[in-house]
Amino acid sequence: MSRVEAQTGMPAPAETAMAALRNVISVRRYGLQVGTFVMALALWTVFAVGSSETWLRFDIYSSLMSTVPLTGIIALSLTLVVIAREIDLSFGSVMAVGSWAFIAVGQPELGLLAGLAAGLGVGLLNGILVVRFGIPSLVATIGTWFFWGGIVLYGTEGKGAGTEFAHGFVSSLVTGRIHGVPAEFPWMVGIAIVLWLLLNRHRFGAHVYLVGDNEQSARMMGVRTDRVRIAVFALVGLSAAFAGIASTLETNYFWPTVGSGAMLPTVAAVFLGGTSIFGGRGTIFGTVVGAFVIGAIEPGLVSIGWTGLLTQVIYGAVIVGALIMQAFVLRRVR
Amino acid sequence: MEATASLLELEHISKSFNGVRAVEDVSLAVGANEIVGLLGDNGAGKSTLIKIVTGFHAPDSGTIRWQGEHIDHLSVQRSRELGIETVYQERALADQQTLWRNIFMGRERTNRFGLLDLPAMRAETDQLMLEFLRFTSQAVTPESFVGSMSGGERQGVAIARALHFEAELVILDEPTMGLSVTETRKTLDFVRGIKDAGKACIFIDHNLFNVHEICERVVVIDRGRVAGGFKPAEMTVHELVEQMRHVAETGRLQGALA
Repeated sequence: MSRVEAQTGMPAPAETAMAALRNVISVRRYGLQVGTFVMALALWTVFAVGSSETWLRFDIYSSLMSTVPLTGIIALSLTLVVIAREIDLSFGSVMAVGSWAFIAVGQPELGLLAGLAAGLGVGLLNGILVVRFGIPSLVATIGTWFFWGGIVLYGTEGKGAGTEFAHGFVSSLVTGRIHGVPAEFPWMVGIAIVLWLLLNRHRFGAHVYLVGDNEQSARMMGVRTDRVRIAVFALVGLSAAFAGIASTLETNYFWPTVGSGAMLPTVAAVFLGGTSIFGGRGTIFGTVVGAFVIGAIEPGLVSIGWTGLLTQVIYGAVIVGALIMQAFVLRRVR
Repeated sequence: MEATASLLELEHISKSFNGVRAVEDVSLAVGANEIVGLLGDNGAGKSTLIKIVTGFHAPDSGTIRWQGEHIDHLSVQRSRELGIETVYQERALADQQTLWRNIFMGRERTNRFGLLDLPAMRAETDQLMLEFLRFTSQAVTPESFVGSMSGGERQGVAIARALHFEAELVILDEPTMGLSVTETRKTLDFVRGIKDAGKACIFIDHNLFNVHEICERVVVIDRGRVAGGFKPAEMTVHELVEQMRHVAETGRLQGALA
């Protein structure tokens, strides 16, 4: 604390230590993330005690490492959207658009590029709808969710297609196995690191927080808020296309409905991760933990002998519970 | 109008919102080392005028000159580059962000790849707190959240932010609103510091005592138009109060000097 030193002429170690301690346990700053982390540990303990033969072996984690990133990668970009005080619900259909473009090109490298470009384009369109036309993002992206989902169904006549053409480099790049670890997992970790840097160490991230916190203040102080808002939607589009292609390659078959089940777990991961629905706060770390908790619920329930049909009940309860926790914590600190 | 050494010149500026005239044919000049007061009732158009100068609102018509040079399309970024700093009435803070993020809002210190220079911003904020933010309490650090600060502290943050960056013109829109007597003193001292540093200031305040004390020239705005101007030094503060009462009742200055 240089202020203390400057004013008294001597360091105040006790005060410094107290302040550091307060920072670490600051409810304000990381309360929601700490809550999520504790919840993750508790859940894991329940599962591990209930079914140790499943949860103390590598197989279940290998399985989670291939399934969780499919929604987790989108949840990571969606975190930026929610911090910017917007929402995007169209990503399920963008997954379909991206993988359809990939399949339609029929050549793996070019297909990958085309798919990502399509996702980026659809994401940009979402951003433009919200920012330039002033449509609330909730409504705008429900609209584009139906629209693009419908386009893919219509365009493919509802028929799927195999992915044999992609076997080789692209397939192993996106969904290969490295010593039993699915490639999706390092992809998710890599994307998490890049987005963490972007959010915490780059001007863009600083502006994302400012836009979500107080858009008008940010605009008054010269933040190009429109660009920031459009960019976060574009990021979700890009990652949704990637997740769609990964999902298609993982199952070796393209379904026009790929991504239709993605909405709930993805959104749940973001909110469970402590990102504020009121904008201006949220962390990448929280979303990573949130995504794995959400992904572990279904296998966890099955492993301890409950029915997987309860999964959606738990998802719903988790979303509502996370939002109640947010409202509670944020009311205390505001 | 003082054509010599004008820093900022507004000519025939008009602005409407949804057909309602907020500012109508306003011409105004600010000298390079002058403290100009803007007086007028709530809704007279002062804040709108300010936001035109800061590039937040684009005027419907009229011209803006800076150091004699005609400025097209004044954006917030451009106005800051020119050296116009503003303490908005709304304070323009982000409550859930830390002090240093608020100080550098929209103007983060970065390298050429856009990566934030966190140590520099924290150190500058620390320094700034010693220089300007004496009305913040001991508990406030660069990592403190602005939303947890008192009204005076928040005001201090907004003022410090405006003074930290090399400004030629500092605009203060109701800077003493909600401040204690001591805090108001300090704010007026800041304004004197602006003058001493050879900079210019536009000062908006409903407290006529403050205006009389600090402003070299006052421009009265009434219902979006310039009603006239005068020099506070040429009258007592009671005459100034009388003058403003007259404006409020008639929309005109008494024995206008404009």
